[in-house]
Amino acid sequence: MMSTYYAGLLADVGILLLGALSVYVILATGQLSLGNAGFMGIGAYLTSYLTVTAGVPLTPALLIAAFAAGAIGVLIGFPALRLKGIYLAMATLGFGEMVRSFLLNLEAMGGSGGFHGMRHISNATIWAWAGGILLLVVILERSQVWLEMRAVHDDETAAGLIGLNTTIIKVGAFGFGAAIAAISGGLFAHHHVYIEPGNFSFERSIDFVLAVILGGSTIGPGALVGALLLVILPEYLRFLAEWRFAAFGALLIVMLLVRRQGLLDRGLFGLTARSRAA
Amino acid sequence: MSGDTPDPLLALNGVSVTFGGIRALDSLSLAVTPGQIVGIIGPNGAGKTTTFNVITGAYRASAGDVLLNGAAITHEPSHRIARAGIARTFQNIRLFADMTVWEHLLVAQPHSEFALRRLLPTRWANPQALRRAEEVLAFFDLGGVRDRLARSLPYGLQRRVEMARAVTARPKLLLLDEPVAGMNHDEADEIRRLMLKLRDGGLSILLIEHDMAFVMNLCDTLYVLDFGVMIAKGAPDQIRRDPVVLDAYLGHAA
Amino acid sequence: MIFQQLVNGLTLGAVYTLIALSFSLVMGILGVLNLAIAELFMLGGYFGFAAVMAKLPLPVALLVGMAGAALVAIVIEKVGYQPFRDTPVVTPMLSTLGFSIILQNVATNVWGSDPLQLPDEVLSVRFTFGPVSVSAMQLTVLGATVVLVALLAFVVQRTPIGRALRAVAENRDVARLLGVSAGRVTLLAFVLSGALAGAAGVLIGLHYAAITPYIGVEIGLKAIAVMVVGGTTRIWGALIAGPLIGVAEVLTIAYGGSQIRDFVVYGFMIVILLLRPQGILGGARTQGQRV
Repeated sequence: MMSTYYAGLLADVGILLLGALSVYVILATGQLSLGNAGFMGIGAYLTSYLTVTAGVPLTPALLIAAFAAGAIGVLIGFPALRLKGIYLAMATLGFGEMVRSFLLNLEAMGGSGGFHGMRHISNATIWAWAGGILLLVVILERSQVWLEMRAVHDDETAAGLIGLNTTIIKVGAFGFGAAIAAISGGLFAHHHVYIEPGNFSFERSIDFVLAVILGGSTIGPGALVGALLLVILPEYLRFLAEWRFAAFGALLIVMLLVRRQGLLDRGLFGLTARSRAA
Repeated sequence: MSGDTPDPLLALNGVSVTFGGIRALDSLSLAVTPGQIVGIIGPNGAGKTTTFNVITGAYRASAGDVLLNGAAITHEPSHRIARAGIARTFQNIRLFADMTVWEHLLVAQPHSEFALRRLLPTRWANPQALRRAEEVLAFFDLGGVRDRLARSLPYGLQRRVEMARAVTARPKLLLLDEPVAGMNHDEADEIRRLMLKLRDGGLSILLIEHDMAFVMNLCDTLYVLDFGVMIAKGAPDQIRRDPVVLDAYLGHAA
Repeated sequence: MIFQQLVNGLTLGAVYTLIALSFSLVMGILGVLNLAIAELFMLGGYFGFAAVMAKLPLPVALLVGMAGAALVAIVIEKVGYQPFRDTPVVTPMLSTLGFSIILQNVATNVWGSDPLQLPDEVLSVRFTFGPVSVSAMQLTVLGATVVLVALLAFVVQRTPIGRALRAVAENRDVARLLGVSAGRVTLLAFVLSGALAGAAGVLIGLHYAAITPYIGVEIGLKAIAVMVVGGTTRIWGALIAGPLIGVAEVLTIAYGGSQIRDFVVYGFMIVILLLRPQGILGGARTQGQRV
């Protein structure tokens, strides 16, 4: 039986894992999103509204929120097509902040005072979702669609010229990532049983990005490694206590210098020797 | 068989491309009949790559039409033109940086947009994709490097991978942009052999090249461009002796 | 009442202008979004605060803030930019993100996460012009901004090193062929941008008579929106966009509530990114356009 403290850590890992996956899925098409906390917030608030105010059970509430966030993600994805690299990053940063500001103003859900009343969920529930979605992503990575996403990431023009509809691929990835982030938010809300707009700030978006970059930005399980790193490592670095953020900042810089793809990559998984004859 | 057949595979009718005030292409008309290897030659900056770009939809034509099997593809998006059967390679090789040779062949497969199959692991759900990739791999003799990252290969092999990727989806027309640039005689011969093999298999080829010997021995028809305008067209033997052509090349002596 | 809001908005706008110029210098010359600038802004504020608490005169405090921030900017240039200068610009941006995380942690540990407050309000004398009341501090902020912008303009337009800066901004390869040392220019861009951000920090800290480690994220990041609205490729666009956004934000707080102000500011930014990516002052060259 795990102590509540470690149970809490494990829950945090699961929630962060989903957030990291949401960034990973979008990044796989070459788009860096610095605003996924916005989708997480949408998921958190919508799920909470459904379970607390509308009496919807958790699973359908999560799915509805994921679908809604996914739709918003698709809507965002279309104008995002026009922006590249840093400009897209800036726009997604702005989007995340706009969502937070919107939630601050949403008096019906508590505004800056926050919202509560959610039923607490166990780690088993959290990890059923987190593990399930991670598994889904890992399976998807072996599909034709994922290969196309990687082609778009590597060279969008060449991808178009071999017949890939880069619009659908990029917009679809945005929607999928948004949906995953929303589930992260819904689980967060029901684990902490109290949410406020400040939970879904730029810093949260950065946590997601940090987990992906550190853990491995080219492979799904990298998000898991990153989440574990961000949540568990501070426990072992107690002596660093108040300096753990600085440590992660430094780790980010070192990782970019030394191993830009992050800790895990395809080579480590032997994936550059795959798909032998049928 | 040379000469005009009723429906050329590819036809450009009076195509012009303008950037700002500059006419990159001025009223170009050309045709490729099925089974032909057609060459586009001309000094640097003549508009050869621009021609490719307007065929594949990367550039907008400001005037004229591009027809594939009689149907206009002039303002279609690139990916649809590719699906319709036109594939290309690039002057500066554009491979997918983080993908292996094998992955290049898998990703370039023909497919229908919304098949559920595409979301499932390829290894189990898409045997025909694997078969096709094996086929192309063997045709281009790339078996030995199938799991190497394409960009880590030597230049000559990279060109072959780019060609292999282009033909995987069974295009009708292949646009090759300087396929033997920077190659030695043996490597160029290899490419030539592959091109003839492809042509024998039913593929039509439109080719841009600077290597005159290569072009002369291979093409059925040549188009000569200079400053965006077609200045000559005909069989290689005619072109080789055409004073207008010689003038254009000598006039550009740099 | 509205005139009062305008004055308040202009004060905030002046600070935004300085930070936006800071972002814009690095973005325009190197194409990199230096996210650490928000924290250089914050650090400048703390350095200035320390100077004021040490009873140093205001102009000295301003210089201390600028110099401190500029020094940190040099470190960032050496460690966070140079190793990545030939990589896609998103990578150095992430590296500066790492720095901003470090800097915020440092500030929280050194000075605490609670707001530091000045014992007395500085320059709190107020002047009244009709319906408008302006504090001496507000005038100082506006005045200092004008001076700093003029100095920057002088350096960029009239000095040889400024010319080099502009040359590299136009075309780095050509500039190198012409003998301009890109390394020195880069360093200068970082130093100038650090100094400007630091100055903004001192000014806002003195204006509010309080400072926290979070003003970087709260105020500094919004200057990115100002840069975008003004035109990322035209640094002087910040002169228009700063007051514009400052006033818009203050009006939003006054008439719409303070919760919604970030929505408005970033909304502005996204609209510009999508409809007029070159910004208010930008020329024909647009970003995000497919070839």
